[in-house]
Amino acid sequence: MQHENWLGFNSGIWQDEINVRDFIQKNYKEYAGDASFLASATPRTNALMEKVNELFRLERQRGGVLDVDTDTVSSLTSYAPGYIDKENELIFGMQTDSPLKRGVNPFGGIRMARQACAAYGYRLSDKVEDEFKFRTTHNDGVFRVYTDEMRKARKCHIITGLPDAYGRGRIIGDYRRVALYGVDKLIEEKQKDKKALAEKDYTVDSARLSEELYQQIAFLGYMKEMAAMYGFDISAPAKDAKEAVQWTYFAYLGAIKEQNGAAMSLGRVSSFFDIYIERDIERGILTEETAQELIDDFVIKLRIARHLRTPEYNELFGGDPMWITEAVGGMGNDGRTLVTKSSFRMLNTLYTLGSSPEPNLTVLWSARLPEGFKKFCAKVSADTDSIQYENDDVMRPLHGDDYAIACCVSAMEVGKQMQFFGARCNLAKLLLIAINGGFDTTSGIHIGPQMDVMDADTLDYDKVMERYHIYVEWLSKLYVNTMNLIHYMHDKYAYEKTQMALHDTDVQRLMAFGVAGLSVVADSLSAIKHASVHPIKDEMGYIVDFKTEGDFPKYGNDDDRVDLIARDITHKVITELRKTPAYRNATHTLSVLTITSNVMYGKHTGATPDGRKAGAPFAPGANPMHNREENGALASLNSVAKIRYEDCRDGISNTFSIAPDALGKTDGERQSNLVSILDGYFAKKAHHINVNVLNRETLIKAYEDPEAYPNLTIRVSGYAVNFNKLSREQQREVISRTFHQSV
Amino acid sequence: MTGRVHSIQSLGTVDGPGVRFVVFFQGCNLRCKCCHNPDTWDMQGGKEYSAQEITDKAVRYKEYFGTEGGITLSGGEPLLQAEFAREIFEKCREKGINTCLDTSGSILNQRVKKLLEVTDRVLLDYKYTDDVSYRENVGCGIDKVKAFLEYLQEKNIPVTLRQVIIPTVNDTKENAFKLREIIKKHPIVDKVELLPFRKICTVKYENMGIYFPFGHLPEATAEQTDALYGIINS
Repeated sequence: MQHENWLGFNSGIWQDEINVRDFIQKNYKEYAGDASFLASATPRTNALMEKVNELFRLERQRGGVLDVDTDTVSSLTSYAPGYIDKENELIFGMQTDSPLKRGVNPFGGIRMARQACAAYGYRLSDKVEDEFKFRTTHNDGVFRVYTDEMRKARKCHIITGLPDAYGRGRIIGDYRRVALYGVDKLIEEKQKDKKALAEKDYTVDSARLSEELYQQIAFLGYMKEMAAMYGFDISAPAKDAKEAVQWTYFAYLGAIKEQNGAAMSLGRVSSFFDIYIERDIERGILTEETAQELIDDFVIKLRIARHLRTPEYNELFGGDPMWITEAVGGMGNDGRTLVTKSSFRMLNTLYTLGSSPEPNLTVLWSARLPEGFKKFCAKVSADTDSIQYENDDVMRPLHGDDYAIACCVSAMEVGKQMQFFGARCNLAKLLLIAINGGFDTTSGIHIGPQMDVMDADTLDYDKVMERYHIYVEWLSKLYVNTMNLIHYMHDKYAYEKTQMALHDTDVQRLMAFGVAGLSVVADSLSAIKHASVHPIKDEMGYIVDFKTEGDFPKYGNDDDRVDLIARDITHKVITELRKTPAYRNATHTLSVLTITSNVMYGKHTGATPDGRKAGAPFAPGANPMHNREENGALASLNSVAKIRYEDCRDGISNTFSIAPDALGKTDGERQSNLVSILDGYFAKKAHHINVNVLNRETLIKAYEDPEAYPNLTIRVSGYAVNFNKLSREQQREVISRTFHQSV
Repeated sequence: MTGRVHSIQSLGTVDGPGVRFVVFFQGCNLRCKCCHNPDTWDMQGGKEYSAQEITDKAVRYKEYFGTEGGITLSGGEPLLQAEFAREIFEKCREKGINTCLDTSGSILNQRVKKLLEVTDRVLLDYKYTDDVSYRENVGCGIDKVKAFLEYLQEKNIPVTLRQVIIPTVNDTKENAFKLREIIKKHPIVDKVELLPFRKICTVKYENMGIYFPFGHLPEATAEQTDALYGIINS
């Protein structure tokens, strides 16, 4: 097949089938130079950004939400077109009819929508309430089938944050397909797939898929209507760079109008755009300045994307994030780098538009990335604290060279894999429940196998481990079954029509489980093994505290005696999870990631044998507990690097904060040292790192005087936040984290 | 063999080029009035490690060293345990790890000379440029460090020359001019670092219950060191 808008592109199988990767591989130009070619922001961009900053200021002033449309249910065509400044915008489209105005999306659950409105002083309209009166939401469905045990597990916070009352998210549509093929071609292919199903006998699976395809096709149609409302016809392929960016953005916009999933990630678009940009520069219709403007305008649109959330949700996922994660860089299977000039342009938006938590810019790091790009990344990190790094060399062998990151650390092949998101279980709490023979002292709930409270003056490591394994086995089975019900209902009542229309019909599914409190449980078990831990019981005979005598190795010091305990726990958990089959034959994966829920998880967990007090926050993700690192930054990194990616294929999050002085004396030294640290950490097969180069004092000042630091961005756990958008409690926890200092 | 070590820092970026694994030796022969590590003075303190243990630890960080980084032995005064230091450097070199020695240059015996044979770079703390200051604020004559630098020149070992800039003591133009002369005469000095005097160590003195002789002096600012760099680089 040939199309006039493809003129100048190299041919390949991408012309005969939906295959964006092949298009990229046949057409992109790798770039091995430095950042000196980049253009700065134009007066147009600055003026537009000023308007946006003013809107951000107003939004802060109004308590975090600028406005809510309580009368309309969010969907692709339910709002009139919205603009920031119509004459000066280059890329068009808005979630509602006005920037930063939030829509309501009750498909996950009407109660959540109602509460979210109320939390900001609004009232969900009677119109919407009526519309959903006789409609089953995802939340309704799940609670119709939850067992008593599942409800208890949820109530006592052993498993929390499950997507049973909000959109699951973590699905990345291949938004690039709309630009490359146009919507009509995508509809045509989906129709073919639907027809093919009829050639075999219908089963429950194929009947469900057939209805899903019907919905996908319908929503591709709505996407065209939505674009038409802004005056664009996206039925055919994009003819130039501006259209390629616009078409891709419309596809993403359709997804975030339809769904309010926790993480609505973008994928891997920079080097795809680069092909169009290079073609236009060659044709003389684009310059470096106007190319940067296109990326800037696109990124401005991403920065104003919003969803309406409840306070409980914000406790788990602090800072009002959307996780518009864009994966930048990486290597190709053939050894060429996937870094293009547009990889630089994307990172450059942190200068042209100022630093920002969104989009969640994620560099796919490889030892073989061009030096010029590595240096630029390090500079951007040191200047803005806005990017994170993930190890392309461990992900590429599993996901190929056209994967992207959903949310913080979840790799999936774009358009070919999707994920069933599953929040996390609390491993530290599980240890306490195990020791107490199936009783949770914080909630007063009996749960899990019922046994005697461990009766010993000093806890015995082997006996505790034996007991702990029994409870890991119990929880894993319960966790998988709970997830199976949630995702069955999500598919049934809140299926992602737009995003799944941008996947292959025959998609590979991943089911992503998670753990919290890894460092707490590793240190606790190390204390039991290497020191003397004496349990302290309450009047009812339950263990509520511990007296720990003697020193013990602590995770975060590159000490195998405890690091391997942490590694073995994650291995045990994933091994147990795999024993219970997952819905739709999904592959079980595991993450060590907490977002900001480490504070909430800690709050619901009693005192632990490592000396952590009842209610004290956990360390985030796979981080060592705050300030227990005694041998410096690299020892801490080495400990985290021991957790194996093959056990935790949904990602191992590490957040690293270092004082500028500890990274080197000059900007140049700091950049090259950061490059060395990243090279070393990833050579150790580590998976992820958030890098903050800042002093604790800066955060303390921002805590005390928020208005003086309106744009302070900091990486927390797999994503970045505007520091001021965290709760006071979350801010205090971030301040208390380890900051590696110079010695 | 074994030696006494005060502490180990897995990430050092200010003690030698690139990313470095820094081992602070226990014990010092000097009592500098500006010392920021009084806890390393006592020869009996610290923890005992074998050269093999230190090397094994350093090897764990090899991936981070890049083309420039490596191991740095600091202190305390590593020259007091020159044989222990030499064994560490020999073993590290076998593993392809760059070796760097942070020293006052106040000892130059056969053991030290053997150590220098396996040293890739010396960070030489050239504390003052006159003998009076040396005797008053360090406790030895300037002839020691002079001889040490001459020896490094003779053996052609690259040197980073370092000086802590202490307000009212050595923050003078005259001192900077003298430093410039010294650098000119010794082509092996390829880098100069002027470190602003800091007093974060005050708490260490307080904890140890001893007097911090320079505790009453003001800290130096980056502007002060920048001005002196200007002279040295002119």
